[in-house]
Amino acid sequence: MAGLLHQILSGLATGGIYASVALALVMIYQATHHVNFAQGEMATFSTYLALMFINLGLPYWAAFVVTVVLSFALGVVIERVLMRPMANAPVLASVGVFIGLLLIFNASTGAIWDYTTKAFPTPFGDRPLLGGYISGHELGSTAVTLVVLLLVYVFFRYTRLGLAMRAAAYNPVSSRLVGVRVGWMLALGWGLAAAIGAVAGMMVAPIVFLDPNMMGGILLYAFAGALLGGITSPLGAVIGGFSVGVIENLAGAYIVGTELKLSLALVIIVAVLVIRPSGLMGRTIVARV
Amino acid sequence: MSGNTLAMARAARGAGQPAGLLPTAVVLAVLAALTFFLSGYQLFQLTTAIAYGIAILGLVILTGYTGQISLGHGAFYAIGAYVTAILMSVYDVPYWATLPVSAVVCAIFGLLLGFPALRLGGLYLALTTFGLAVALPQLLKHPLLQDWTGGVQGIVITKPDPPAWLKLTPDQWLYLFSLAVAAVLFVLARNLLRGRIGRAFIAVRDHPLAAEAMGIDIAMVKTGAFAVSALYTGIAGSLGAIAVQFVAPDSFGVFLSIALFVGLVVGGVGTIGGALFGALFIVFVPNVAADISKAAPDAVYGAILIAVMFVMPAGVAGTLGRLLARRS
Amino acid sequence: MIKRRPLLGGMLAAGTVALSGARARAATPGVTATEIKIGNTEAYSGPASAYGMIGKTEAAFFKMVNDQGGVNGRKINFISYDDGYSPPRTVEQVRKLIEQDEVACLFNDLGTPTNTAVEKYVNAKKVPHLFLATGANKWGDYKRYPWTIGFQPSYRTEAEIYGKHITAATPKAKVGILYQNDDFGKDYVNGLKDAFGDKYDTMVIKAVSYESTDPTVDSQLVTLQSAGVDVLVTAAIPKFAAQVIKKLADMAWKPQHYLTNVSISVGAVLKPAGLKNAVGIITGAFIKDSTDARWANDPGMKEWRAFMDKYMPGTDQTDGNTIYGYAAGQTMLQVLRQCGSDLSRENIMRQATNIHDFVPATLLPGVKVATSPTNYHPIRQMQLAKWNGAHWENFGDVIEGSGS
Repeated sequence: MAGLLHQILSGLATGGIYASVALALVMIYQATHHVNFAQGEMATFSTYLALMFINLGLPYWAAFVVTVVLSFALGVVIERVLMRPMANAPVLASVGVFIGLLLIFNASTGAIWDYTTKAFPTPFGDRPLLGGYISGHELGSTAVTLVVLLLVYVFFRYTRLGLAMRAAAYNPVSSRLVGVRVGWMLALGWGLAAAIGAVAGMMVAPIVFLDPNMMGGILLYAFAGALLGGITSPLGAVIGGFSVGVIENLAGAYIVGTELKLSLALVIIVAVLVIRPSGLMGRTIVARV
Repeated sequence: MSGNTLAMARAARGAGQPAGLLPTAVVLAVLAALTFFLSGYQLFQLTTAIAYGIAILGLVILTGYTGQISLGHGAFYAIGAYVTAILMSVYDVPYWATLPVSAVVCAIFGLLLGFPALRLGGLYLALTTFGLAVALPQLLKHPLLQDWTGGVQGIVITKPDPPAWLKLTPDQWLYLFSLAVAAVLFVLARNLLRGRIGRAFIAVRDHPLAAEAMGIDIAMVKTGAFAVSALYTGIAGSLGAIAVQFVAPDSFGVFLSIALFVGLVVGGVGTIGGALFGALFIVFVPNVAADISKAAPDAVYGAILIAVMFVMPAGVAGTLGRLLARRS
Repeated sequence: MIKRRPLLGGMLAAGTVALSGARARAATPGVTATEIKIGNTEAYSGPASAYGMIGKTEAAFFKMVNDQGGVNGRKINFISYDDGYSPPRTVEQVRKLIEQDEVACLFNDLGTPTNTAVEKYVNAKKVPHLFLATGANKWGDYKRYPWTIGFQPSYRTEAEIYGKHITAATPKAKVGILYQNDDFGKDYVNGLKDAFGDKYDTMVIKAVSYESTDPTVDSQLVTLQSAGVDVLVTAAIPKFAAQVIKKLADMAWKPQHYLTNVSISVGAVLKPAGLKNAVGIITGAFIKDSTDARWANDPGMKEWRAFMDKYMPGTDQTDGNTIYGYAAGQTMLQVLRQCGSDLSRENIMRQATNIHDFVPATLLPGVKVATSPTNYHPIRQMQLAKWNGAHWENFGDVIEGSGS
């Protein structure tokens, strides 16, 4: 029984990782109606930036803020320079650019900062809590994820900018007519997604350790979590992320063994999606003919 | 999305235009003649490119013609490769006889995946297929399948010898054999896509409701497209396995699926011929990238990919088609 | 991209003619009066690109050799291609090296699946396939594959040594294994099976795997702890090894921990995981660790450091791949020196299989490179070591693996 409880808690801790990355995916989707496959690698890149600042002597939170700001700028620049000219290109060409970005970020992170595993500091202390069931960092990073969730929720729900951004993604033509600067909304969406990704990276790195492929495996789970919860809903994505973490642990420990835990987790997710195609919390989009 | 489908439709029409039998025959003859001018290693490269070209053609059928995105076709490629390897090594089946078997096996798997795909549009389908690509190597390693798949060690197979009456090296023979298989598959694809079924595909892609009103069974068309697409990719996997003479879970990681997808977008989504350009891209450009930078070959590869997307957003074939159309 | 070089030959007849023509020009492919070509495949891109450092180190090493005048009057032309750790690309690159670049031999090609894909081809071509960078047990089958020879102690032998130590030190242990679900991880399971024999099922109460794409191994550790494991054998790559060491401390769980020597770098594993958390870990090492204070004044490591400073400035010196690459490069150099003026493929292979107690600078004291025509396992020795919080403390004798 203690084993089961421990598996669930450990699943929630891992799920917190997926949830934080899933939020970045929701952000970019809400803003651009694309899913950026390079999101994870950009987050890894940002995390290395943060480590560089910390090694240069900046205090943790100063490095944190600088990294978030720089990542935001990086996101905006990528949108302006790379995505903007692709605005009228077929969707698949944009996906091609995403894959290109993924390769570039992954390879240059390795080339710049080496491939050796590196520790990343945590501001929350590392004492085991609850008799070893959860660490101080896991608790702190979950709190950060929830704060980001709240911010994203409030942003989209209660601010004019958030509304404008959703409008720009949902119907660019009409938005332009009512005075929304659609181009800048997209850039802003990229910036915010990159910033959230940077936060996720800095929260994840103390747990999984920092290496250039840190986000490779995580992105798939985060993607699954976001879709399970509903990619239009920040809350759904977070719940989805946590659920994937727990489902995966329980499947691996009690049902099929670790070799098949990913496969089974995916089957469960697909089954849920077949029943509820827009995810647990997502809005069903009805297309008009 | 509408701009996209328009572009795809335009490209598709380009493919539908009677390119003429003569140019096709000339291209084929030139390709066949290469057998006697290239070294064994170069023929091997081209043989792999042919295999990838057939796999990408499978993606063209699925994504280009029915609008269903798959990021997991590496899985079908792997299944085809394993069917051939197991049949050749365990049951001593001749290499050519394994192709129809892997075609059937992969078509069945494609059909099975096609059903959930009906309910999962766009992103959801992309995730599901991508998940399949990630999970398949683990399935191949599973202890229950190990007796067949050889587990992590994989299976080594013997290279087929040319028929005794032909004075060819195995590399030359395999290249010609693959070329012949590819030619047949490309012609079949062309006939399929230009006929009634191809029009049904496009109708389902561009206007599902209208298509349904016209009496097209959307579910059948979509799952059927999945099956045909998987069949093509499976045969490609078989050819790839025979050429490489080895299959192992590590040969079919997610990178393969991504490479096939890259081949699709580089070649051009809606054109049969684009598959060939895409295949040449994914075989040769990584080597060029590694020659430019050993520190980060993937960064160079990614940059080249982005540059191609900038210059030719509709892919090589799409852009060529448009240029030709403008001239005439 | 497709070179037109063989066009002329092709016009006469098939490619084979061109090839035999080339052979007639030079006594041995890849060897001229001033140069010897050595081929290599490496993962500079893709999931295993961390190992690209081995190839970079070897390229720098041969550059140093050339700067010092080469070997027997010849410069080494080291041609290293990227295969992205994908077997089909390995086949492509190895064929390019042998058929187009016409290298004299292949050296330190990376990976088990990748080398398996070309083993048969290389042996059919009778090209020396030397000192493969893989710890699989299968390299060294000199009867079936006389042209293929391994390099480092196999993972399986290493695991067997741990198994024997467990049997001797804690015969009533409840052993748990955490392994990566691939050839590397499974070799440790097999090695423990070799060591425990019939008792494997009673000794090992739980074996769980993880995938290299898994974000964490927390769940696996919880499973092992719940099962009541008190001796843990971890066969994990550095990132996951660091996670395990840290998580064990977080869980306040203290099993006797045996850790694969793939992941014992002080700088890249123990420091990130916490030096204190690692106290008590046992491993079997054969190579010196640059971050271990014990080797600060070691002549071999000084030689390596001088090389790094001059030929690989700016490179992360905590990366164990550079130390490994240096040892491999030195072994290759030794073979070429032994060859003298006869650089035929047959003689290269003969010398590679007749190395008598050669000691590369970066191997642990007592560990030697030794081969014979019936022993294709160049490094067979290792010594158990325990982490004491400051450095790896060797204990017991240098143990010789079976090497069969």
